Amino acid sequence: MKEELTSRDAQWRAELRNAIPARERTAIPRAQMPELDPAYRIHNNEEVQQGLSHEQALVEASRCLDCPDPGCVQGCPVNINIPAFIKNIQRGATADAARVLRLTSALPAVCGRVCPQERQCESRCIYTRMKKPAVAIGWLERFAADHGGDDGENSAGAIKTAPKNGIKIAVAGSGPAGLSFAGAMAALGYDVTVYEALHEIGGVLKYGIPEFRLPNSIVDKEIDSLRRAGVTFLRDVVVGKTISYNDLLAQGFRGIFVASGAGLPRFMGIPGENLNGIMSSNEYLTRVNLMGAGRPGHDTPVRRGHRVAVIGGGNTAMDSVRTALRMGAEKAFIVYRRGQAEMPARAEEIHHARQEGVEFLTLHNPVEYRGDERGNVTSMMVQRMELGEPDASGRRSPVPVPGDIREIPVDQVIVSVGVSPNPLIPNNIPGLEVSKRGTIVVNEQMQSSLPIIFAGGDIVRGGATVILAMGDGRSAASRMHAWLTSNHE
Amino acid sequence: MFKIVDKEYFSEKVVRLEVEAPMIAKARKPGNFVIVRVGEGGERIPLTIADADERRGTITLVVQAVGHSTELICALEVGEELTDVVGPLGHPTRIEKYGTVVCCGGGVGVAPLLPIIKAMKEAGNRVISVLAARSKGLIILEEQVAQYSDEVIIMTDDGSYGTKGLVTAGVEAVIRREHVDMVVTIGPAIMMKFVAQLTKKYEVPTLCSLNTIMVDGTGMCGACRVSVDGKTRFVCVDGPEFDAHKVDFDQMLMRMRAYN
Repeated sequence: MKEELTSRDAQWRAELRNAIPARERTAIPRAQMPELDPAYRIHNNEEVQQGLSHEQALVEASRCLDCPDPGCVQGCPVNINIPAFIKNIQRGATADAARVLRLTSALPAVCGRVCPQERQCESRCIYTRMKKPAVAIGWLERFAADHGGDDGENSAGAIKTAPKNGIKIAVAGSGPAGLSFAGAMAALGYDVTVYEALHEIGGVLKYGIPEFRLPNSIVDKEIDSLRRAGVTFLRDVVVGKTISYNDLLAQGFRGIFVASGAGLPRFMGIPGENLNGIMSSNEYLTRVNLMGAGRPGHDTPVRRGHRVAVIGGGNTAMDSVRTALRMGAEKAFIVYRRGQAEMPARAEEIHHARQEGVEFLTLHNPVEYRGDERGNVTSMMVQRMELGEPDASGRRSPVPVPGDIREIPVDQVIVSVGVSPNPLIPNNIPGLEVSKRGTIVVNEQMQSSLPIIFAGGDIVRGGATVILAMGDGRSAASRMHAWLTSNHE
Repeated sequence: MFKIVDKEYFSEKVVRLEVEAPMIAKARKPGNFVIVRVGEGGERIPLTIADADERRGTITLVVQAVGHSTELICALEVGEELTDVVGPLGHPTRIEKYGTVVCCGGGVGVAPLLPIIKAMKEAGNRVISVLAARSKGLIILEEQVAQYSDEVIIMTDDGSYGTKGLVTAGVEAVIRREHVDMVVTIGPAIMMKFVAQLTKKYEVPTLCSLNTIMVDGTGMCGACRVSVDGKTRFVCVDGPEFDAHKVDFDQMLMRMRAYN
């Protein structure tokens, strides 16, 4: 069954390859993602990208040359069998395409939306070597995940589980790493309990990434399928605080996966940064996304700035600046110390932000904030920068242009210059080895200094992507499974 | 899940709630706080734990109705539930034998002070408690405080009970009278600011517990940040207790007004 879906040598795959000559395939233009009009979408939270239609998906899938040695698979952090799922779409077997995705990815509907495909799978597509746009792998992934079954008991989305083995496993954190770990362990028959500190399951997928980029209903669907696979979710529990490491041992947990994320926002430490109206992107996005601030029936307040500066050039900065527009900002702009080429945000996010009217003040860095007598921020002093020598990351590092500082009026500033690992678990589990940066130290088996504790995602990496966290969750599951079976059988 | 099993009005606007939360009751230590939410659209607000009964699986919260969310909490009756209670959060108070400890609390600040008074007494300290409020009706938990204090001094703004005057007058009288090794202060930010100013003058080490605006309470958002010794710290994960002589109370007071 699995072989039939994934083997390049399956008869149906060979037939598909021979059906259209390569020259004809490569002449097909890349699909255009249907998107909401910028003038409309900045007044609401609706998902900007509407998803490919069936017809579009079939045509796009036919562009894929089904390479014998596909680079895209190497470019994917979890090595999804990309040609196999794409060819299943092309033959009209969308549910099978979703099954192929589920073999390696616990959250395909999420990854299809938020993965930086242009830097991963799509950057390795054969089309890029022909100087043509890559196959739209991410959009096809999203298509298969969205349309490959309704996640009912017997559909493509359902997680196939081995017979229950009764072994209790605890997970700290319900973000992408925790969810994918939970799914993989449940599939192996473990009795999995996920502890979440917040009142909602989903971690950064809920509090961080906005509805217009990743609707909560998509995340909830994934969580529901984990529930059906037998995973227990407990909200309002902080591992290390509400329940200690020793409590977990006493309750008979035989493995613990820590996936508590990189939740601690960084600030720049410049004068005036604690003025009212200046906040971390985590605070801003949490207020709006998780707490529903600004929507009727929600009590959490949020500032609605007229002139909003967002400091930083990553995806979280783009999410914040686009949120600010939707909250009614007249002017929302990015302030970034390097140039646009150096921005870590996805090209797509930058493009969408520009379409929506976001302005970009690149090669500038805030050096001071000024406020009124009530402590509200009223302006920022920005230092012009120029690019110097490449730094450790390979990007040219920004250097201040002496004396070139000017004042810009602002009434809200969102600081999005990175996060540090959340200290709650590292500080509250005695004996757990932690690096200087505050990340949990693990070996190649993803095992910490306390053998029962495995860890992955941003609490180990210190700030990465959803797909890497998800990949960690899956790897940790297979490693913990190997450890438990060798150690306890 | 977080059912209210007992409720008592300390005054028209101040209630004591005993809430079912067995895991928190077992884990909490003096100085810890919880984040509470009422209703699906509710705010997350921090409240310091006033007491806990591990056997009954309950924690005690003392809440003053000062805004929409605290009014919702105060309106809950026995048998009703808080939507979410998460904790215990923050570092617990460092309890040790200091010698003579003055514990001063203002208004509902006396509630979170009570477990510290108790623990300080049990650690072998001589404990002098100074309770302050606007008037007699707003002095809370006097009896319980007295149970664990060597001496209780009551201060009221209007002189309707105890001595007329501010909390600082009560604390200063003690410091002038005898050697004090440590002061612990919990109450409105403005009160703690003046207590800190006073004890700094007399060079008495002073601990304060800050109750800033928070969202998640787990270090994620930074809404609670304050300047301590010139550095930005997060009350939720670095506090809630700090060296009162190093806290920038003026900035804290300014930040408390962010949404007013």
